[in-house]
Formats: sequence, C-alpha cells, structure tokens
Amino acid sequence: MQRNSHWLLRRLGHLDGVLLILVLMLLGISLAVVASASGQSPGRISGHLINMGLALMVMAVVANVPPHILSKFGLPLYVTGLVLLVGVALFGEIRNGSRRWLSLGVMTFQPSELMKLALPLMLAWYFQRNETTLRAKHYLFGAAMLLVPFLLILRQPDLGTAMMIGASGFYLLFFAGLSWKVILGGSAIGAASLPLVWGMMHDYQQRRVLTLLDPSADPLGAGYHIIQSTIAIGSGGLFGKGWMQGSQSQLDFIPERTTDFIFAVFGEEFGYLGAILLVAIYLAVVARGLTIAARAPTLFGRLMAATLSLNLFTYVFVNMGMVSGILPVVGVPLPLMSYGGTALLTLLLGVGILMSVATHRQLNKS
Amino acid sequence: MRYVTPLKNLDRELACFHRRLKIGGVFVALLALVLLGRGFFLQIFQHEHYIQRAESNRISLVPAAPNRGLIVDRKGRILAENYSAYTLEITRADMASLEQTLTELGKLIEITPGQLRRFRRLLSESHEFETVPLKSKLTDEEVAVLAANRYRLPGVEVKARLFRNYQAGPGMAHVVGFIGRINDRDLTRLRQDDREQNYRGSVHIGKTGLEQSYETLLHGRTGFDQMETDASGRAVRILSRIPPVPGKDLRLHLDLDLQAVSEHAFGDYLGGLVALDPRTGGILALVSKPGFDPNLFVDGIDPETWKFLNESPERPMVNRVLRGIYPPGSTIKPFMALAGLELGLRKPSDQIVDPGYFSLPNSRHQFRDWKRGGHGVVDLRRSISQSCDVYYYRLAVDMGIDRMHDALAQYGFGEKTGIDLDGESSGLLPSREWKQRRWKKAWYPGETVISGIGQGYHLTTPLQLAAATAILANGGTRIEPRLVEAVRDPVTHVWQTLGDAPRSTVKINPTNLAVVREGMMDVMRPGGTAAASAAGAAYTIAGKTGTAQVVGIKQGARYDASRLARQHRDHALFIAYAPAENPTIVIAVMVENGGSGSGTAAPIARAVFDYYLTGKRPGSMNLEANDAAE
Repeated sequence: MQRNSHWLLRRLGHLDGVLLILVLMLLGISLAVVASASGQSPGRISGHLINMGLALMVMAVVANVPPHILSKFGLPLYVTGLVLLVGVALFGEIRNGSRRWLSLGVMTFQPSELMKLALPLMLAWYFQRNETTLRAKHYLFGAAMLLVPFLLILRQPDLGTAMMIGASGFYLLFFAGLSWKVILGGSAIGAASLPLVWGMMHDYQQRRVLTLLDPSADPLGAGYHIIQSTIAIGSGGLFGKGWMQGSQSQLDFIPERTTDFIFAVFGEEFGYLGAILLVAIYLAVVARGLTIAARAPTLFGRLMAATLSLNLFTYVFVNMGMVSGILPVVGVPLPLMSYGGTALLTLLLGVGILMSVATHRQLNKS
Repeated sequence: MRYVTPLKNLDRELACFHRRLKIGGVFVALLALVLLGRGFFLQIFQHEHYIQRAESNRISLVPAAPNRGLIVDRKGRILAENYSAYTLEITRADMASLEQTLTELGKLIEITPGQLRRFRRLLSESHEFETVPLKSKLTDEEVAVLAANRYRLPGVEVKARLFRNYQAGPGMAHVVGFIGRINDRDLTRLRQDDREQNYRGSVHIGKTGLEQSYETLLHGRTGFDQMETDASGRAVRILSRIPPVPGKDLRLHLDLDLQAVSEHAFGDYLGGLVALDPRTGGILALVSKPGFDPNLFVDGIDPETWKFLNESPERPMVNRVLRGIYPPGSTIKPFMALAGLELGLRKPSDQIVDPGYFSLPNSRHQFRDWKRGGHGVVDLRRSISQSCDVYYYRLAVDMGIDRMHDALAQYGFGEKTGIDLDGESSGLLPSREWKQRRWKKAWYPGETVISGIGQGYHLTTPLQLAAATAILANGGTRIEPRLVEAVRDPVTHVWQTLGDAPRSTVKINPTNLAVVREGMMDVMRPGGTAAASAAGAAYTIAGKTGTAQVVGIKQGARYDASRLARQHRDHALFIAYAPAENPTIVIAVMVENGGSGSGTAAPIARAVFDYYLTGKRPGSMNLEANDAAE
C-alpha cells in the first residue's frame, strides 16, 4: 500500500505543475459557468464532472508516456484517421446536410476529431525522422499530408474543423522551418483564390459569412445567435451581472449556451474583467507551452509543444471571435470551457503531450 | 531555387526555431489583443446600448384591457353592460389542418352553420397568427368537453372574454349602437390618433351610436403588467403592474319608459321620432324604425345576417333621426311665418284671399293649395292653423330664395345640429348660390314658390326639425342636442354632469314669436289641422303638421293615397311642443309613407306627450303589459 502511493506520487511527478494549475483553473471556471448556464438541467454538472475526471486521467496517463513513444503513434493514428475519413465520405451519416459522422453501432463518432491530434503527431514524427536530411521535398510531402485530410473534411462539409486542422498543420510546418517565401507566396495565392472558394462554399456557409457581416439582415434566423450573444456580452459591462444573474443566459436567449456559446454566458455574468482574466489564463497556458517548446530536447517535442500551444489559442480566438460577432459561426467549442466530452478529451490529451514533453527532458537526454 | 531555410547544424536550427517561437508568441498576443479590443467595444464602449437591448429582451409589457363603461338611462337602468363568457378561439398558425380541427370540434360540441360562416369571415379578415372566435358563450359542459380534449387540438383555446350585452332591445340600437371586433380600418384610425397603444389588450371598439361617439370615455385606459419573459415568450414573473383604469359610465337624458311608449306609439311604421327638452337640449326619446339587434354584432356578425340587414330595402341600419333626409313640407311654415314677420314682409294682421292656387306673374302655371278651392281669407295665424299653401307661395316670392335661405339657416336648417352621435346628416337648405355650385344652373322663380311650403330641394332630418322647434319653444335659444347627461368616474363613483351643451341666441322679436306660437296652438285647437290629436289633453300643445310629397303629382291630377303603392305615399310629419305656455318637451315625428301629418304623425306625438306630462300610457300598451304580467 505504502509502496503503491509512493509510486503514484512519483508518477504524478510527470505532470507539469504550472499547466496543471492553469488547466484546473479553467475547468473550475467552466464548472461554474456550466452550472449557471444549465439551471434547469442539473444533470449537466455531474456529466461535466465525469467528463473532466476521465479526461484528466487520460491526460495524466499520456503525460507519463515519453515523447519518443508518443511519436510512434503518429503514423498509425494518421492512417486510421484517413481510412475513417474516407469511410465517412463513402458510408457516413448525414446530419444537417453534412456527412461527418460514422456510426459504430451504439455510438456515432467524428473521425475529424481524431485528425486534430493525429495530423500534428504524424507531421512531427515525420520531421523528427528526417531531421538531419530536411529538404524541400519533405515540406512538400508534409503539405500533402496536411492537404489530404483537410480536403476530405472540407467536402463533408465542415469548414470550421477543416480550417482548424489546416491551421495546426500549418503551424507545424511553420515551426519546422517552412520558408517565408513559400508562406507569403501561399498567402498571396490564397487571397487571390478567395472568390473561387466563395463559389465552392455551400449555401449555408455563405449565409453564415453574410450573417456575420450584417446580423440584423436575418434577426430571427441565422443572425439570431450572434445578435443574442453580443447582447449578452455587451450587457455584461465591466463587472458583469454576477454569477447566475445574467438575464440573457438565464432566460434562454443564448443558444447552445453550455457548449459553443458558453463565452456569452461568461461575458454576461463576469463582465470585461472576467474576460480579461480568462484570456490571461489562456495566454499563460500558451506561454507555458511555448516555454516547454523552447526547452524541448527533440524536434518532435519542440514541434508538438509549439503547435499545440498555438493551436489552443486559435481555438480560443475562433470561438470568442464567433461568439462576440467578429467571425462566422463555425461550431468550434471554447477549449476547456465548453461542455462536451470529446472536445475535452482531445484537449487534455494535447495537454498531456505537452506535459510529457515538459517532464521527459532529462529522461530522453540520458 | 530553395524552398526551405537550410538547417546546417543544430544551433542554427534551434536559433531559427526560437525566432519562430517568438513570432508565434507575437501572433498569439495579437489575437488576444483583437479579442480584448472587441470585448472593450462591446462591454465598455457599447455597454449602454446592449444593456437596453437585453432589458427589452427580458421585459415584455402584457396589456390588461380595462372594463368598458356602462350606459344607463336617466333613471339608472342599464342599456349596455359587460359580462364574461367562455369563448372557443382558434389560432390557425398553430394547427396542421384547419378543416380537420373544425370537424373534430364539430363532433365535440354543436357548431351552427351561422357560427361557421361568421368564423370563416373573421378568418378571412385576420392574419394567420391571430386568434379568431368560433363560438362564444360556451356552456359549462362545453367548456369541460373542450378542456378534456385540449391535448389533441393544438391551436384551440377556451378563453374568458368580456362581452357587451344590450338588453334594451332593438329600439335602442340606434342610440346606444354597438361594439365590434377591431378591424384594419379601426387600427389605422387608432394609429393616426396615436391611441393604438391603449388598445393593445382590447378586442372590441365602438362601431356606431354612443359606443362610437363616446369611445374614448367608455374604453378606459389599458393597464400593463411588466413581465419578465424568457426567449420563448413565457412569463417568468411580474416585475411591476400598472392596473387598467375602467371606462367611464354614461347616463343619458333619455328615459327608457318614454322610449318604450314612443316605440309603441310608432307602431310598425318606418320613420323616426325624437323628443327633447327645449331647456337643455337633452334627448328624451329617439326612435328610428326599424331597429335591429345590436347583440348580433358584438363578436362578429355572420355574413348572411349582415347581408340581410345591409341590403334590406327598409334600411334598418340607418338612424333615420340623424341621417334620414326628407322634405320638411308644411312643418316649415311656422319658421317661414316668423321669417316674414322678422323681415317686415308681413304683419300678423295682413290678409290674403286664397283662391286655391297661385300663379307667378306672366305664367299660366298654377301652384295649387292642398285644399281644393282654397282657404278664403287668411291671416298669419290662420295660415299656420289651416296650413294655407297659397299664403306661403306668396310670402316665398316676396322674400326671395336668398333671404329665405339666410332666415331658415338661423334655425339650424342645412347644418348639423351637433348631437353627440357620429354620422349626422346636415340636410340641405337650398340657395341660388348652392344651385349654381351644385348643378351649374340658374335658380328658377318657380323653385322659390314651392320652397315656401317645404318642398323642392329643401331636405331636413327629424333631428333638425326638433332642434329648430325647440328654438320656438324656448324663446330663441339654439342648443345642441345631447344624449349623454352625466358621466361617472369608475374610481370615485361620482356622477358628474357634462354641463350645458353649446348654445347661441337667435334674435327674434318676442311679439313676432308669440304670434307664431299662437298659430301653432291654433293648429291643435278645434278648427286646426291637428285638433283631433289634442282632444281631451290636460295640457296645451303647440304643433304643426306636414305632409311631404314622395312622387310628383301631374298638373291637374289629384293625390289619392289609396291608389298609390305604400312606398309612394306621402311622408307624414309633425312637430310640436308642450305645455305650450312653458314647454318642457319638443317632439318631431317623421313617418315614411305615413300619409298625412295630422292623421298619422300627430297621434304618435300625443301618446308621447301624454306619458311624459301626465304619466299615462297608451291603453293598448297597458293591456300588453298586463298580458306579460299574467
């Protein structure tokens, strides 16, 4: 018994203290806001707690797996993800006009979720493998590995997830040293091809972008979400209306308020000061992640830590931007805040990888 | 050409990576700044705007309709009151199939074809999301059956609604009027008057009669419950409440008993009668026959009944006292006589010899007197009591149409009386200028002649006749007639009289007036045209009969009532006041196709005088009352 607990403590030593505290802070805030937002359904809280417990355990386990072992998962996960994505394209279930779900009998599953981690793992593993002989062709091949899942997800269609996965792949290539010329040239080509992309977008996607430009054009339809969430945030003011006191939140005006629009509840009840605090915590997570990247002994560790950190904040930015009305509604949850098991699991898996990179420095060197 | 940064050794590779980490950090910081900037804009800069939007989201005003004021007669007997009843209401937008729902409802409770027709008409006039009544005044059993089946009938509701009951019957319909559902036209008017807000909770509005003209007083002020509501519009709690202020009650000058006597005396004739107090202008009775049942309109009339009422040749929806326009006939003579005296064209003692006809100089056309062979020697009093036509043919020619117009205008002819009801007609008092304007034709001398006996273009309403007669009765004061005497504040319960109606003085020489009044008394004395109608009266009456031609009679032909279809018979008129020395009541009677004023109209007025001045009811009425009692 004594030996066991000693072992446990030692294992816990592979958790990064700073990250753990920041994550627990976010999860604590999330618990409070979900409690406020789900006034009528107390079941949410216990569900949320169970999700957190499971995800934290997974995080702890991953944190204790050395990075060089983790990197070995890159290829199989990526290949599995690709196979599943092709499966979705062929046999997937259609919901709300898009083919994203794969039915596994008892439950349905979005393979694109898997890709969120599989792609960076795969790319990091690939660059680590070819670290000493990096040439243009490696980057070209990396870009191809990025483009295949990106396009598969894009044509489901799921613009939001495709952009997020595209972003994570891009960050990795960027940190792996992709030439500025290619980055700038690519951006120029991308900008030039915007009208083409617009033409390829589905009606509802175009509508979302248009709604963003002028929400009042469709106040009861697609614009309703944005209008109500900006009203909630704006009416929160500097100090907020207080926990459980937000009228927009408590009277059902905010849609999806425990999941994608949870920031509207937070902004209404805790105000601008609360928002500053929340952004500060996220920034602290990113800072810690970048520090871990800077100190990482291997290319795999550096690339993973840097990419995951930037990726996390990209999620934060896209979600808050959408809820506060500066980005289209794309269905991206707020990291570690939104209710929802899958997203929480994916995120804490990522944090686990960060911790593993952070705590296996000396171990790997030796 | 190199596409990638060359990484020759680990140090350079690391240096590059650290540089890029910094760029990544800066990128994240920029994103964070964008978010915080947006937060500042929403939460600090535009906070006021959004707090208002949130409040208007949260708070909704639920209107509370006020109770409508009552209408009572001078003795406090109820003419219009409210009652609450359960109504079956349908919102089309909430149901899948309207026809299926109607079939289902038909199985549960009885729905008559008339109710169905009315419902379909209301439906066609309303929006899809509005609730429309299908059946009102549900019985307890019907309410129970509907409540039990509610779950399978979406869009069907049973609601307690306030209704209006007019218990005074069809006779009062033209006075009290009725309320009906607010339609688009009403809404437009309310919007123009900026009163729309006050009708947020109201279903009904006054459409005719006093219900219309006193709408603002009767309606009251709508209250508002300030409710906190959720996004689906469900009320969560009441934040504050402004209670509705009930409408004011109205008390009329009109006496329901006198009204009943008047209606009874009028019998089955078509026409109008109005009795008023010459001292106050207060309307004591107002009969317009035929009447109609105002209760039919309260929650929407069915199309068949509406068509019948609207297109019936008897025009039951028209208030004849206000809007029926008829030639005044001989009832104009007292006013003509007074004008002759006032203008100095006649002295009371001036006499003419009436050969039975009158001809203009250089014309062979004969304007005949109603009495074959004429009245012989006639002075002013006799011209009234005998209703001598030739006397007034001559007077009219001496006076000329323009002076006649100006003189008669003083008594209110050709002008609205200003009664407190809407839709009054101003009648028509002809003049040279009018004819030029209206018909672009010159005035003919012959038209002046017949104007002297109230024929030709001249048209009056029974109300105008009564109001003009009141000027003779009260010695020269023109008063606007009024139905409402007092209003009661619903909070203090104190009746407050509305005060004197607007009045003005008509300049009349008392001596001249006295002569005309004597002439009108002679009418009722033995030898006068209406002597029979005054026989045995315990008070004196002053009056004037009139008979107005409906169809022109050819030169040389004679009027023979028995040979004319009823609708071509002459209209019978009678104006009178009593007691003649100190008048307290003025009556104008107009019986369409009644034949002669003395034979038909005067006896009706006598019955009304009798009840008002002595309390005696017509004998036939007492019998009926006894029958009813037994």
